[in-house]
Amino acid sequence: MMPPWRRPSRPKPPPPPAERLTSAALAWLLAALTLAVAPHAPELPVWLTALFAALVGWRGWIALRNQALPPHGLLLLVAVLAGAGVLIDYRTLFGRDAGVALLTAMTACKLLESRALRDGVVLVFLGYLLVMSNLLYSQEMLRVAYLLAVLVAMLTAQVLIYRQHAGLTALAPVRLAGKMALLAVPVMLILFVLFPRIPGPLWGLPKDAYQGRTGLSDQMAPGTISELSQSDAVAFRVRFASDLPPPRQRYWRGLVLWHFDGRRWTRPEELPSRTPIPFAAQGAPVDYAVILEPSNKNWLFALDLPARLPPGSFMTPSFQLLRDQPVNEVYRYEMRSHPLYRTGELLETERARGLQLPLRGNPRARALAAEWRTHDLRPEARVSAALALFRDQPFYYTLTPPLLGGEIVDDFLFRTRQGFCEHYANAFVFLMRAAGVPARVVTGYQGGELNALGGYLIVRQSDAHAWAEVWLEERGWVRVDPTAAVAPNRVQEGLYAAVAEGGLLPFLARRGGNSEWLRQLVLSWDVLNIAWNEWVLAYGPDRQKEFLSGLGFGPVDWSEMMVATVAALSGLGVLYAGWRWRARRIRDPVARAWQQFCARLARRGLVRGPSEGPLDFAARVTAQRPEWAATVWPIARLYAALRYGPAASPAQVRQLQRLTRRFQIPCKD
Amino acid sequence: MFQTLRQRLENWVMRGQRPAREPVLLTRRRIYILPTAQGYAFATLLFVLFLWAINYSNSMGFAFTFLLTAVALNSMWQAHDNLLRLTVHPGQAEPVFAGQEAHFSFRLENPDPAPRYGVALQGRDQPPHYVDVPAHGAATVTVTVPAPRRGWLRLGRIRVLTRYPLGLLQAWSWVEFEPGCLVYPRPRGRRPLPAALPSAAGAGVGEQGLGSEDYAGFRPYAPGDSPRRIAWKAATRGGPLLVKCFTDQARPELWLDWRLLGIDHVEPRLEQLCQWVLKADREDRQYGLLLPGARIAPAHGDAHRRRCLEALALFTHSEGMPRPHDAAVAPPKPAQTSTAAR
Repeated sequence: MMPPWRRPSRPKPPPPPAERLTSAALAWLLAALTLAVAPHAPELPVWLTALFAALVGWRGWIALRNQALPPHGLLLLVAVLAGAGVLIDYRTLFGRDAGVALLTAMTACKLLESRALRDGVVLVFLGYLLVMSNLLYSQEMLRVAYLLAVLVAMLTAQVLIYRQHAGLTALAPVRLAGKMALLAVPVMLILFVLFPRIPGPLWGLPKDAYQGRTGLSDQMAPGTISELSQSDAVAFRVRFASDLPPPRQRYWRGLVLWHFDGRRWTRPEELPSRTPIPFAAQGAPVDYAVILEPSNKNWLFALDLPARLPPGSFMTPSFQLLRDQPVNEVYRYEMRSHPLYRTGELLETERARGLQLPLRGNPRARALAAEWRTHDLRPEARVSAALALFRDQPFYYTLTPPLLGGEIVDDFLFRTRQGFCEHYANAFVFLMRAAGVPARVVTGYQGGELNALGGYLIVRQSDAHAWAEVWLEERGWVRVDPTAAVAPNRVQEGLYAAVAEGGLLPFLARRGGNSEWLRQLVLSWDVLNIAWNEWVLAYGPDRQKEFLSGLGFGPVDWSEMMVATVAALSGLGVLYAGWRWRARRIRDPVARAWQQFCARLARRGLVRGPSEGPLDFAARVTAQRPEWAATVWPIARLYAALRYGPAASPAQVRQLQRLTRRFQIPCKD
Repeated sequence: MFQTLRQRLENWVMRGQRPAREPVLLTRRRIYILPTAQGYAFATLLFVLFLWAINYSNSMGFAFTFLLTAVALNSMWQAHDNLLRLTVHPGQAEPVFAGQEAHFSFRLENPDPAPRYGVALQGRDQPPHYVDVPAHGAATVTVTVPAPRRGWLRLGRIRVLTRYPLGLLQAWSWVEFEPGCLVYPRPRGRRPLPAALPSAAGAGVGEQGLGSEDYAGFRPYAPGDSPRRIAWKAATRGGPLLVKCFTDQARPELWLDWRLLGIDHVEPRLEQLCQWVLKADREDRQYGLLLPGARIAPAHGDAHRRRCLEALALFTHSEGMPRPHDAAVAPPKPAQTSTAAR
């Protein structure tokens, strides 16, 4: 990723004029590089953006005024200072962000020592690296379209760098570059679809490789989920093959948190299973495909309860789906879930985990739970008692709960009584455990918005949710959502309907209101996004195998893909060659028609001499075969008129073609 | 080593091809294509981008890498097509004197409705000379080579090449033409012109120089007349160019005779003769040339001078003297000697 920065050992002699960068090439180069760096500007330190702009401007000024380039010593100083600046800002020279910063700085410095053709080529190559680095930050459609334009500008610069194209006028190089990019698309598509994809990464990625992605974390403490409600970024989209389940069944199971330390809930190590954990399904399954946005985490989401495993992933006994590799690209997987189910027996280890509580803390909550226990209520009744507590006491569902003290359960249950879903799940599971009912916290997403135009469900980060599961003797693990007791419409209609402070929610997480039309417009645009994500971005090694196997050839391996790639490319080459051959043939229809005519006569022994004109030839033919005069003369006259007269009209050309086609020599003389 | 390999490759490719007298049409079979240094660098870049895309599992990174690959492949077609169906006409070169440079002008003809950009001709060990060939048109490229020795200077194989459009690949073809450039001996020597002898007609003895000629009037200018004889004064008054005529029955004959020169070696003798020819021509004298085995009767004018110089350029001595150079290529050829030594 480091640009090839050479330490100049001696001043470079100015290149001969033939090797010098022309001003047109330099102008395109400056423009293309600026366009390539521009999307990075928000992430780069301000000084670096300013440095880049200044050096680009300086180089332009030098070219405009025909001045000398700055001395190498000065450039070296600037380069070293820029490198030091990057080191200070990022505390490293490696990694994604620092690498991009370094690439930008070195490109800017290289600009100021560029005078020869060779320097121009180095700059163009740096430009291609800059374009690529943009893709590490975003692969959205608009960004990709923009980068395609940058690529064309870069190609234009590359065309112009070769001085010998002095004959190319102002717009011709751009047209040429655009044409080349366009002609490259079919080959690119073949390679994209067929060339065997190797699952990455090949070696360790820098720590910041996928920074800046919001998503569910593997712990829960007060505030972790309400923080997510501030983001309307898409978590995943779902296409249903069967009917859309009703909102109360749209619980997207993510992580199961067992361990409570008095402040936060965490996830213990669980035995991974390569086959789905069995349970007794009741009722029809739901089939769907999830198109997950990159999260840099390895958890996958599925409706309760998942009955299938995507390739390269595993399941834990608490029905969590986990992938071997973190999801760093758009990932699509097909799932099947059973909304109605009954799980099996509770193991002793599970019971111990499901009843775990810190030794001390939250005495009032413990006392309340002990009360339910001493009243000898059955576990179901204890669950109902807790839900009734939330329902009947003045509990509020809010995005902005007051801060909790050290005893977070007691403080919430008996003092603030305002909380988001994690507060309720936390307090509920605590009460259940204290009351002797095995319980656990489940985090994930709840609900999602149906995009009517595309017929799929969009689940956003603001749909993040936490709920509880309790283990009951006859039914196994049962989902209980304490939030629903406080705010039933959270489950039915989503977050916006359930909280009073809807204005705090990000735009796309709202429903209705004055700007609903704009939101609908964004949703329409999202239909394109899901197609893009599902078919383009999610096309990784797994999806490729799935797609190619689905074409009817059975399972394919990489060598077969290689063969298919070569075959498809050759096929395309043959097609292209054929098209060009045809294009050349029809370029001169007049000559072709005449040649056919002459060839027919030649078969009867009437060969046209190499310098014999059409009329002379016709005279000779009709002298030998007077009976053909009626057909031969019109053809010869028309041909002569078209060839040597004023510009031919298409009608005349067609006429000639018709006449020559009709000219059949009688088989019998 | 590399030179030798290249030489052998070239010889292999050109095997069985005679130097042509006719224009050469660049067909598919004659066009070769290989990546340039930048092309190899670009391939490395593509590999780096590919690894990058794998490592970050970046779908669009793959697409970008593949698109650039496809562009490079496409530029291969374009480079090839940029030469295809061009016609190279044999290089024309005006005679020069040894020590000067010979300029070969090649005409490139494009029969297609699309222009050809950045086509170059390159003589061996020479920088390429680039030109654009317009649609349905022609362009001329001049290849300049030093002409160190007299005789026929052949350019040898020249490369018609293009790096259009991206400079990643070079398509080229080799052409070799029969006609060369005639190189006259270098005009050198300090001896004065020999004394003129009375002409065979015998009239008017011992007079030299222009002043002795009798002015006889004007006649209209005809191509080939010496500019010295044009009546410039009359010309400034307008009207057709006129030439002064002299009656010169009395003129003595000037013989530039090989035997007059006591120089040991052939080349210095020829150089002195060449010098004399030029001097006599400059002075607008009647002069003849006598060489072993050749005699050019006295005359004057450009055509005569050319004839004399040609005779000097192509002179071969029959008495075991070293033959003047007329081998294929004039520049020193270390490559060939090394091939021979191996």
